[in-house]
Amino acid sequence: MLFPPSKPSPTTAPPRRVVVTGAGIATALGLGWEVNAEGFRAGRRAIRPVTLFDVSRQRAKLAAEIDLPPDLPPTKLSANTTRRLDRATRMLLHAAHEAWTQAGWEPSDGLPVVLGTTSGEMALGEKYLQQAIASPQHQRQQATRIVHYQVQQQGLNLAGAFGFQGPITTISNACASGANAIGQAWEMLRFGRAEIVLTGGYDMLCQLTFAGFDSLQALSASPCRPFDAQRDGLTLGEGAAVLTLETLAHAQQRGANILGEIIGYGAATDTHHLTQPHPEGNAAVAAMTAACATAKLSPAQIDYVNAHGTATPHNDATEAAAINRWAGVHAKNLQVSSTKSGIGHSLGAAGAVEAVVCLMALRGHWLPPQDAAGTTDPACQFQIVRQPADARIETALSNSFGFGGANATLLFRRWS
Amino acid sequence: MNRIFVCGLGAVSPAGWGVEKLGAALDRGEPLPVQNILRPGWENSLRGRTVPAPETRPAFFSHPRLRRAGAITQYAVAAALEALGADAAQVQSGALRLGIVASTMSGSVAYSRRFYEEVLREPATASPLIFPETVFNAPASHLAAFLNTNGLGYTLVGDDGTFLQGLALAADWLLQDQADGVVVIGAEEMDWIAADAMRPFHRSTIRSAGAGAIYLRREQSATAGAELAAVTDSFLFTQDQKRTEAARRMRAQLPAPAPGELLCASAPNLALPNSAENLAWRDWTGTRLAPKPILGEAFLASAAWQCVAACASLAQRRFSAANVSVVGTNQQAIGARFLACTPAAEITGSALQKVGGI
Repeated sequence: MLFPPSKPSPTTAPPRRVVVTGAGIATALGLGWEVNAEGFRAGRRAIRPVTLFDVSRQRAKLAAEIDLPPDLPPTKLSANTTRRLDRATRMLLHAAHEAWTQAGWEPSDGLPVVLGTTSGEMALGEKYLQQAIASPQHQRQQATRIVHYQVQQQGLNLAGAFGFQGPITTISNACASGANAIGQAWEMLRFGRAEIVLTGGYDMLCQLTFAGFDSLQALSASPCRPFDAQRDGLTLGEGAAVLTLETLAHAQQRGANILGEIIGYGAATDTHHLTQPHPEGNAAVAAMTAACATAKLSPAQIDYVNAHGTATPHNDATEAAAINRWAGVHAKNLQVSSTKSGIGHSLGAAGAVEAVVCLMALRGHWLPPQDAAGTTDPACQFQIVRQPADARIETALSNSFGFGGANATLLFRRWS
Repeated sequence: MNRIFVCGLGAVSPAGWGVEKLGAALDRGEPLPVQNILRPGWENSLRGRTVPAPETRPAFFSHPRLRRAGAITQYAVAAALEALGADAAQVQSGALRLGIVASTMSGSVAYSRRFYEEVLREPATASPLIFPETVFNAPASHLAAFLNTNGLGYTLVGDDGTFLQGLALAADWLLQDQADGVVVIGAEEMDWIAADAMRPFHRSTIRSAGAGAIYLRREQSATAGAELAAVTDSFLFTQDQKRTEAARRMRAQLPAPAPGELLCASAPNLALPNSAENLAWRDWTGTRLAPKPILGEAFLASAAWQCVAACASLAQRRFSAANVSVVGTNQQAIGARFLACTPAAEITGSALQKVGGI
């Protein structure tokens, strides 16, 4: 039963520790942990002209597209079903397969899935509308588009691919969706609602979203420059990242390889404006503070921050103010970067992708640099990582902020 | 103590604004009138049950954040505020930590369609005012802004059963002391593209719109009219588990029929003996209520109306318990069980009105 809980009330049982035993990632840098780790460690950029749809009449023309191979990793889906899979599902399955095989999980009845996305397979929704306008009486392929464009379909495909039976929860909190999904999965484990949870985020590039951000003048015509004094907007990207989370006891009992530990999560709502954050970043501070509080750590004990860092003037100014306020006198020692500099902003996937980047950095003992050139905004009292660097970091914090004032922070610890 | 109480109900539906209007329509038990939805470029109009304009303009419409908001936000906020009742002021003053769980399947479909049409015509002039309203979490965000609350807020997206998942999530937040109260909302809006999307599947199904809200707390306050007793597991529709099996497993987690209990079903037609839901509940000998034949298909709003109707009937003391069964559109079968609260208490708003169709 989803309610009431079968386990003791969380108020009477101590929260359980939660570890990551598998992580899969698909970004414009490539598919898989290795190629992405190499790319993030080197600060590689994968931003290029958009090919997925027509941008000839848009002001901005760049994005970070994934080169998706025609074949998928082996799954339980039939050849027919596989052939019909949409782009969002394909990205998600690549990431999920990597996480699933890394974790060594077996299909089970009742494996909870918590995903984050902003728009599922919106490209099919776009095609549906185009045909509905152009030829209202023709319904060829329209039923398929309706079904597959829906957000729940990607989760169902995931369950079908690995042969498990949910439940599937999809959180759509704009650009914080991926982080909220992982945070929710973490809480389910922490409070005894499950022993294992599959979680992550995904989003594909589509014309509606691209044009939407362009209409807001939020896109840069050149590759984005987070926290730069001359920054002028974001670059969109796409991606998927999936994590297999387990309670520490469960992971240790089965001798799993542990990639890292999630030790904190905080979420808060910024009510200032639908798209613009509060200038002082009140909700961002609340999210970071809450994440640290659950981990019982102070800002001085955080070694690296993977910032939301979209490179819009408003977002970065607010996030800088928030980090300065949250970290206080420790800000000057804090290493911060925005890996969106290399792979763009993958919206609902961003929180999950950046969670994997944090795990990579913690395991590999390095700091992910962002664009090397540029002048850091003087509002940043912290250090921006601009060059590849080895560093033995113990803790990493990841911020995700979205439209509607959705703010989420995840906190990771190196597993040793 | 893992008890969770229903302390308020809210609804906006084709029957009108408020739980009272919903109850009256269900009480009459007759399908509401169907409107023609004009479909550009085609002489054949579509059919739908739309939400009538409110009889008086709700005060929240003039809030700066809500002036441009789409219909789905208006419905969601209206239902939530009705459910919250007097507690809304406590939230606004900071005295009560409110969690918001909004849920939808189609989201802001009208603004999304309108914005994308603008993009297809001329992307350089597509409206920057519309685009932000297209995000799934816009209604929850506007509600949080109106209530001036920065607490937990999730927007869940999925099929009808997702509203019930939202109830379980809200209960978790309350049990984990992450909120003092949680309002759970299911909302959908009407647009010609939404009505058009029904055509390839069920031509007899009438698309509708609106919202329902349930306000949960841990304390049995004076406004508590029902108690959330259970939310079943979510049984997915997959290659290995068909709808009938998922519905059967959901049914198996809820109690056997007992005198004086209500079943509130998601079936569009209770007379179809072979539908997955009707098969699962064929042992049910008690009273059945099915809002969809009366109100139309509004996905997560429909699931919310089921729960609102069930809880209202418990608050009226018409039943001692109510089971809500949702065999969703394409994702899951899931159920919930509510119990009447004792001692008798009033419930927020006008939910004590008779809820009918029973």
